[in-house]
Amino acid sequence: MVTVTHYVVASAALFCIGLAGVMSRRNVLMILLCVELMLNAANLLFVAYSKAWGNLHGQMIVFFVITVAAAEVTVGLAIAILMMRQRNTLDADAVQSMKW
Amino acid sequence: MVEAHSAAAAVGATDPALLALAGKAAWAILLTPLICAVAILLVGIHRKSFAMAAAVGGLATSLICTLFLFFQASQGHLAVPFEVSVTWISLGGLSIPFGVLIDNLSLIMTLVVTGIGSGIFLYSVGYMHDDAAASRYFGMLSLFAFSILTIVLSTNWIQLFIGWELVGFCSYMLIGHWYAKPSAAAAGNKAFIVNRVADFGFIIGILWLWSVSSTASDDRTVHFATLMARLPVLVESGAVPVATLSVIGLLLFCGPVGKSAQFPLHVWLPDAMEGPTPVSALIHAATMVAAGVYMLCRTFWLFEMIPSTLNVILYVGAATAFLAAALGFAENDLKRILAFSTLSQLGYMVMAIGLGGPVAAMYHLTTHACFKALLFLGAGSVIHGTHEQNIWKLGGLTRSMRWTSLTFLIGSLALIGFPGLSGFFSKDEILVLAREHNLPIYLLATLTAGMTAFYTGRLWFVAFMGKGHAHGHESPPVMLGPLFFLAGLSVVAGYIGIPAWLGEHHEAFHWDVALTSTAAVAAGVTISWLLYSKRAIAAGSLVRALALPQSFVENRYYIDDIYTWYVQNIQQKIIAAGCAWFEQNIIIGAVNAVAALAQGLGRLLRLFQTGVVQTYVLVFVAGVLWLITRYLAVR
Amino acid sequence: MAETVFFYIFTSLMLAAAIAVVRHRSPMYSVLSLLVVMFCLSGLFVMLGAYFLAAIQVLLYAGAVLVLFLYVLMLLNLSPDSLNRANVFIQPVAGITAAGLLFVALCRVATQSPLPPTPTVAQPGTIEALGRLLFRDYLLPFELTSFLILAAIIGAVTLAKGKSPS
Repeated sequence: MVTVTHYVVASAALFCIGLAGVMSRRNVLMILLCVELMLNAANLLFVAYSKAWGNLHGQMIVFFVITVAAAEVTVGLAIAILMMRQRNTLDADAVQSMKW
Repeated sequence: MVEAHSAAAAVGATDPALLALAGKAAWAILLTPLICAVAILLVGIHRKSFAMAAAVGGLATSLICTLFLFFQASQGHLAVPFEVSVTWISLGGLSIPFGVLIDNLSLIMTLVVTGIGSGIFLYSVGYMHDDAAASRYFGMLSLFAFSILTIVLSTNWIQLFIGWELVGFCSYMLIGHWYAKPSAAAAGNKAFIVNRVADFGFIIGILWLWSVSSTASDDRTVHFATLMARLPVLVESGAVPVATLSVIGLLLFCGPVGKSAQFPLHVWLPDAMEGPTPVSALIHAATMVAAGVYMLCRTFWLFEMIPSTLNVILYVGAATAFLAAALGFAENDLKRILAFSTLSQLGYMVMAIGLGGPVAAMYHLTTHACFKALLFLGAGSVIHGTHEQNIWKLGGLTRSMRWTSLTFLIGSLALIGFPGLSGFFSKDEILVLAREHNLPIYLLATLTAGMTAFYTGRLWFVAFMGKGHAHGHESPPVMLGPLFFLAGLSVVAGYIGIPAWLGEHHEAFHWDVALTSTAAVAAGVTISWLLYSKRAIAAGSLVRALALPQSFVENRYYIDDIYTWYVQNIQQKIIAAGCAWFEQNIIIGAVNAVAALAQGLGRLLRLFQTGVVQTYVLVFVAGVLWLITRYLAVR
Repeated sequence: MAETVFFYIFTSLMLAAAIAVVRHRSPMYSVLSLLVVMFCLSGLFVMLGAYFLAAIQVLLYAGAVLVLFLYVLMLLNLSPDSLNRANVFIQPVAGITAAGLLFVALCRVATQSPLPPTPTVAQPGTIEALGRLLFRDYLLPFELTSFLILAAIIGAVTLAKGKSPS
């Protein structure tokens, strides 16, 4: 029997893998990909609880999360292109001009 | 919000319809001049004739409403005192009404303000006809009328204080009406600043009185009628010691000392003569300077509980009366002689308060308002006709300005207390009071009456009778009309029973007092006649013989010099410099220290901004972890 | 029983692919691994009755977002040097430690939290059911997302257009 807790643990695992990626990778494209992983972990959680509660509101939120994620990726990739063009690097650590 | 109610003490019921009408009339008295002032200052500033019409019309409306209330009250149809008021400010524990209090006292004072004021407004139409800024003048005059009525009709201390400050402001504006003249601008400043000094004590007194006015069951109050009922109880029970009340009374007396120009803050009044003459007549003789005396009468229930303060008031008044009369001896400016005379008469009134006779004070205030306004308007007529204020350059005016001279003579006789004229009766009341209570003061007051006669005689003999031929022309009818009106009032004001109206049973006429004062007056007039008209005594040799007092008086007791020395040496060099040092080093230092602290903290905090995204994420995750552990621990 | 089997198959495959996403040197392989993750998630959605979302997941993520990633990767034509820069050692260690701790904490939350009551009737997430909800209760947020997407499009165009080097 698969309970909601199973899905929650799976979601937590996916989220933490994504988080580890965000914290350890320096390439902005990779960071974006890992953020996608984390967003999908959240989606899984929403869908799992949507079933557990017996209504569709959780699934509705996933719908919006996907929309927002698409927008975020669009802008994020545009920034990556800009970085590459101006600094010739995708290293997140290289962009520090806002520091101090 | 408007509530009209008749005080419980009033005898006789009032017809409700009449009461409603009386309430409307009472508001109209107060608010019509304000509406006119606003209208003039907003739309009439370049429309001279509109400004004149609005100012005169507004005050005339007030006068008509006052007369209506006066006759209703005197016929017994309207029970007085009655009050109409709105709650103006209502905070927890503090409620300030704004309203109109109609009783015998405020009615007589309102009649003085609106009646004499109407005459003076009308006179101003002629006097200020060629002035470019006449609209501003009339706007300020209307605003002044509103302000003084705010004082007169006030139901509480705060409203009175607001009116008090407003008349100070209007006085400042009108003294400095010809502000292009440096002396006029300086005189306006001086009047304002001297009054500020006095009002500082006044407002502290008001607030102190308010702060002690609570009882076990009731909140603190500034309302006159409530205070009047409550204070004796508070004093009786010992909740408010008489000593405290005496200090409060002294602080409150600071207000009249400034506004009614009592010694030693009298210095602003002679300089205030820089304003247009009708202003001197209205503000600096008839009404505003009398507001201090009116305030003392209005709140006499407070002062009669504190004899020690009354004594101070008595001596301040007597000193002012005597010293100011002496100053009149050496003055050569027509208006300033009248100013010193005003000071002296105000001293009489304050002295009457100090003797415990508010009725006598109000009586003298009323008659003085009539004849002193008349004298000033006469002086204004002379200045208008000759463009000269120095009495030695005038002379022979009885020939060129017959009607002005006649009315001026009536005013002078009323001032010195010529038997049968109004000043005689009112001054007599005060002298009777003085003889009953304090013999030295009585003698001083009688001497002062003689001195008044002397300087008034000097003024008359030199400026009007003298050999000189001042080229003057008689003033237009619009100016002569008010002169005749006021001359008539000066004659009859002694006969219409003002003391009885104010609630004093007229005692038998004191022949001895009357004869003594008349003798003093006769002596004063005779000496001045011998000196200045007959020239039987050479004035020059007299001056040489009295060189020391002469120089003392000519320099006005050096009080102005003392103030100047004080401001220059003590205030500027020690107090102001000390404050500046405190400001520069302590306050600015504290501000800079706070800024430096913020800057230092900022320097420290910005070390956390590494610019590496992963660091931020790490901190963020640490925060989330902490929250989750807290959540788990709490559950 | 079959449900349990499918759950473990999908989940293990998804987590393995996710680790591949994070670990792989080349972004190209990472993107392709992410594709696997998406398909597994889609399978889990089907198991949970979210049929429409399962379809959306494949269509939008696999079809649009990941294609966009690939497109950008190819456009940038990254040289191997730019990808092979050695990481600072502390960074992966910190990342893995933090993620591990968070995982432990989340598991404890999951096991200790009270479960929702079992619903009497399970609602399948069909197009019809979601459509009713979306165009009735969530109409305003739905319309507002159009602004978000418009802003994203304009932002992306403005950012990526750049200035011609003078």
